Order: sequence, then C-alpha cells, then structure tokens
Amino acid sequence: MNLALKDIRHNLSRFSLTALGIGMLLMIVMGMGGIYQGLIQEATLLVDNIGADLWIVQHGTRGPFAEISRIPRNIEDRLQALSEVASARAFVTFAVQREFNNKPLRIQVQGLSWPEDKGQWLPIVAGRNLGAAHFEMIADQTLGLQLGDEIPLGKNHYKVVGITKGMTSMSGDGLAFFSLLDALEIQYDYSGEAIRLERQARQSRITRQEIGWTQPSLVERAGLPSSNLPALPNPYVSAVLVRLAPGAGIESVVTKLSGWADVTAFTRMEQNELLLRGVVDRARRQLGLFRALLIFISAIIMALILYTLTLEKIHDIAMLKLIGARNTVILALILEQALLLGFLGFVFAFYAGKWVFPMFPRKVVINNDDLLSLAAIVLLISVLSAGLGIWKAMKVEPNEVLS
Amino acid sequence: MSVDSPAIRAINLSKIYGSGQAEVMAMKDVSFTMSNGEVVALLGPSGAGKSTLLTIVGLVNSPTSGKLFIGEDLITDGPIPKVNLRSYRRRFIGYVLQKANLIPFLNAVENVQLALEINDISGKVAKLRAMQLLESLDVGHRADNLPHMLSGGEQQRVAVARALANRPRLVLADEPTAALDSVRGRQVMQLFRDVAHKYGTTVMVATHDHRSLDIFDRILEMEDGRLKDENSDNIPKAV
Repeated sequence: MNLALKDIRHNLSRFSLTALGIGMLLMIVMGMGGIYQGLIQEATLLVDNIGADLWIVQHGTRGPFAEISRIPRNIEDRLQALSEVASARAFVTFAVQREFNNKPLRIQVQGLSWPEDKGQWLPIVAGRNLGAAHFEMIADQTLGLQLGDEIPLGKNHYKVVGITKGMTSMSGDGLAFFSLLDALEIQYDYSGEAIRLERQARQSRITRQEIGWTQPSLVERAGLPSSNLPALPNPYVSAVLVRLAPGAGIESVVTKLSGWADVTAFTRMEQNELLLRGVVDRARRQLGLFRALLIFISAIIMALILYTLTLEKIHDIAMLKLIGARNTVILALILEQALLLGFLGFVFAFYAGKWVFPMFPRKVVINNDDLLSLAAIVLLISVLSAGLGIWKAMKVEPNEVLS
Repeated sequence: MSVDSPAIRAINLSKIYGSGQAEVMAMKDVSFTMSNGEVVALLGPSGAGKSTLLTIVGLVNSPTSGKLFIGEDLITDGPIPKVNLRSYRRRFIGYVLQKANLIPFLNAVENVQLALEINDISGKVAKLRAMQLLESLDVGHRADNLPHMLSGGEQQRVAVARALANRPRLVLADEPTAALDSVRGRQVMQLFRDVAHKYGTTVMVATHDHRSLDIFDRILEMEDGRLKDENSDNIPKAV
C-alpha cells in the first residue's frame, strides 16, 4: 500500500495547491535562469551570427558594442589588400527612437555592406533579404512591424521587406538591417536648416583664414555639400568585419594588424568575451546571484512545507510506530510526497513557463542544460527538505499516540 | 511459545520518571503473570500507574528495573531491551486505545490492511483478511468509508480489527470504551473476551468502566504505582 499516494488522495486539493505554489516558485527560478541565458544570447547574438572572423575597431577601444568606435570606411579597402583576407565589409550599429503608428519605436540599426552582405545570414521568417541598395529594411518581429510597412527615418521612408526572429540587441531592442549607406544616412541625418547654417558658418570661417584669401575657390566650395569637399574625411563606420581566406592563420593576421596604429583587431571569441565580461557582466552576475538566492529561498520554503506536512502527520506516524511499522514505511511516506511535490512543481513550472515566457518583452531562453540542472536541484531540494521532515518523524516516540 | 508457559510474566517492574528532586516513582515492584487466552481488567484511579504498566507491557516504554517475559522470551531486563521492540510489537502485540487512532487518510479496510502489510503480508491476502475481520466485527459494510465517516463505535471496532489483524499473542487496550455508550462499550469488551477465548490471545484492558467487569477472567487493581493483592476484599471479583 502506498501511504504517500493515499494521503495525497485524501488531501488532493491542498496537495495540488501546494504543488502549484511550488511550481510557480520554480517557474520564477526557471524564468530567472532564462533571462540570464537570454541576456547572454542577446549580447552575443550578432557576433555569433554575422560570420566575421575578425572585428576591426577604432584603436584602443573595445568595439562598437562596448563604447563608441569610429573608423574611416576606407579601412575596408586596406584590409582587402591583405592576402589572408577573403572579404572585408563595413559595419555600422546605433540606436534610434522614433514614433510609428503613435507608438514609440526603438530600433537598433545595423548597416550591412551592400551588395556583399544582403542579410542572407539572417534568420528570416517572412519576406526576403535586402534586394536593393536603398530604402529597404529587414526588421525583427519584436519591433512589431509588418511586411510592406514604410518607416520614415531621416528624410527617407524605408520599406520592410523581411522579418527576422530572435534578432535583438543586448539591451533587448529589435534589430533592423539596412544597407550601409542607408544606415549612415540615418545616422548623419541633419535638418535642412542645420545644413544651411553649417555651410554658412563654414564660409564665414574660411573667409577669416589665410587659405580663404589665397584660394578663393575654396570659399565657393565651402557652400557646397560636405561630400563635394575633398578635404573632408570619408564617412566613419563602427567597425569593419573581416572574413579570412581559407588556410589563413588568425593569429598571424592579428599580429600583422597589431602593427596598424589606427585600429585594433578582435577575434570573434575575444569580442564575445568582451561583451560577456564587460558590457553585460554586471547584469549577468546580478541575475546569477538573484537566481542562486531564489533557489535558496525555494529550498527553505519547500523544506518548511514538507516539515509542516510531516508535523500534521506526527500523530499518525506515532501510531504507525506503535503498530510496528518499519522506518522505511515512514521514510517512504515523507520522501515520496516530497519527490512528487518537486516533480509536479517542476512540470507545472515548465509548462507554465513555456506559455508565459514568450510574453516577456525580453528574450527568455530555457535551454536543456538549464532544465537538467534545475531538475537536479529540485531533486536535491526535495530530498533535503524531506530530510527535515524525516528527522522529525524519526524522533517521534510511539507512546506519543497514547497522550 | 509453549502453551503451558504464562503469556506474560512481569517480575518486579518499576518505573521512575525524572531524576533527583524531580524524580517520580510511577510504578514500583509490579509482578504478575497472565495466561494464554486470559482477559484481564486493569483497574485503578488516574495516576495509579495503569498506563505506565500498559506502555511497559506494550513495549513502548522501558522499565527502570525489573524483567518482562512474553511467553518464554525475555523482552527487557531493566531499561535494556533484549529483542527488537518494534519488530516484536509488529508481530505479537495489538493495541486498542481510548481513541480509535485510525489513520485518517485510509479507509476502514485499508487501516486493517496496513497492519497486515507492514507484517509482510501481500496486498491481496491482506485485503481479504482485513475484510473478513471487519465483517466478523460487523463493520464490513463500512469498509470503504474513511474514519471521519464512521461513528465512534464503528471506529473502535475497526481499531479492534486492526489490533487483531496479525493474530497477536497479546492485545493491550487502554480505556477502549471511554468514548462509547454503555451498550457499545459492553460489545467491545465482549469482543475481546470472544477473541481471547477463540484464538488464545491474552488481553489486558485498562478501564474505569465497572459496568462490564463481569466479562473479564481476572481483575488487577493498581494504586500508587503498585498492584493490590488480588485476594484483597476490596477488589471487585471477576465472574
């Protein structure tokens, strides 16, 4: 006869509610782990997916994800001149916040080096890659945009031609992919008045300088668009992504690039390390510690619940001892209930989480390793919690039933 | 166990609770024997030591000194047990207490079945025997009811069935009729007598209920932790 199941049958509603409560607690633990994993995945998503062996960034900086990195676009050409480099493409990233359909729209803009990079590496779930050099965009579904939507950014409208899934920035904003030139256009968008005033100021500055007196044509040019001024530098990009040629040693290329005084090169692994140990490190550790705390609290709550359940049965346990029941019978009564409580709580947490977590605004990633670890932890907690109840039950004297 | 040897033999059993100034002598030099199939009433006012004696004979309490034999087995010599008490209780002793103390989450038949199963009797056989016992005690029709659905008398009869389930050598009952009306109380006492005489089970019943004393084979009376002389005139005589 299974006493644990008989007891549960007798107190089914209370047992179910207790299992539900423990399940909700475990769901929070599971969710916290999912948010932790989500943070890591969001942080490394782009670096892992973009398919670059090396990230070339502004010298002395930690790259565009950690801080502002600006390098001239012609670095791309210099890199392509190296025999070990199969391809080099410029990369631009920045955040913009606009209104669309009367709702705030926060986009992490990514510039793709069209036509080499049309976004073919993106996980597109609807629509297509970029098919034109201008006025097209691929948006992540977290942005809430639909295929065919036209988003005004700067002076232009960009049409959504593709939808990705799971492409978010480390701050949880949806990514949107544009051609590099469009991205720069959006980044350096100034109002007509600002441009007019800048040209005027430029003309005024040059007429006060000797070069303006000696070369009057420059005064004329100062009133033209910046792109027509050869003295002004190329547009800056955030980084240049390098894919190495087959057989090229990454270490030797990094060593070679370390001689370039204007850039710093990071391997994909180094870039990931920088993100995890730098940019999201505190958030990661905070979530990790909070999760550990939650597990500890869950253990205490489960132990108290099981201890209370045992206390309620103390009289029955004394009676069982009086009629000579072996310790294993009493141990099984408590331990089986604890394990069942843990199991049901875990199953509830899993299915409830599966339903609830996708509604969270940021990514919650429940992976198998985490699930297995949590299952092992729940098993351990159940056994340890039952231990407290078993300890109490073992101390009960059979003559207590006589009092 | 030899049929001729006494079922229980107590030699100078004493029990002291506490120590030093808080020392309380609950029982002193109690000696008696009981035969197989004998039904004995244990009388005495509250605090006389009845429950102490019952718990010592029932192997849930150890004496401070003295010896206790069940059949030919020396069970305890002073506070030191000579057998595995829990195993001995399981196999050879049945208990009926003032309250039925049925396991609340088991129905009537399961309560009896449990006593059999913990004695290594398989589930099917245990259930069959439990049902037979309940029917013989007139509560077979309540077999599927949980304890809280049974009347006090029915609960007590289920408790008796549980106590008798393993055909114990000894049944100990502590005020088993206290919660019952006189008719039900007498029925339970009669039941003990029937079982004792039918199976040779020795029954010791601590009771205040003088209305059913005629049912017992012998009466022991305790006062201030001692057994009174059975031949004393002021002890009620069994019929």
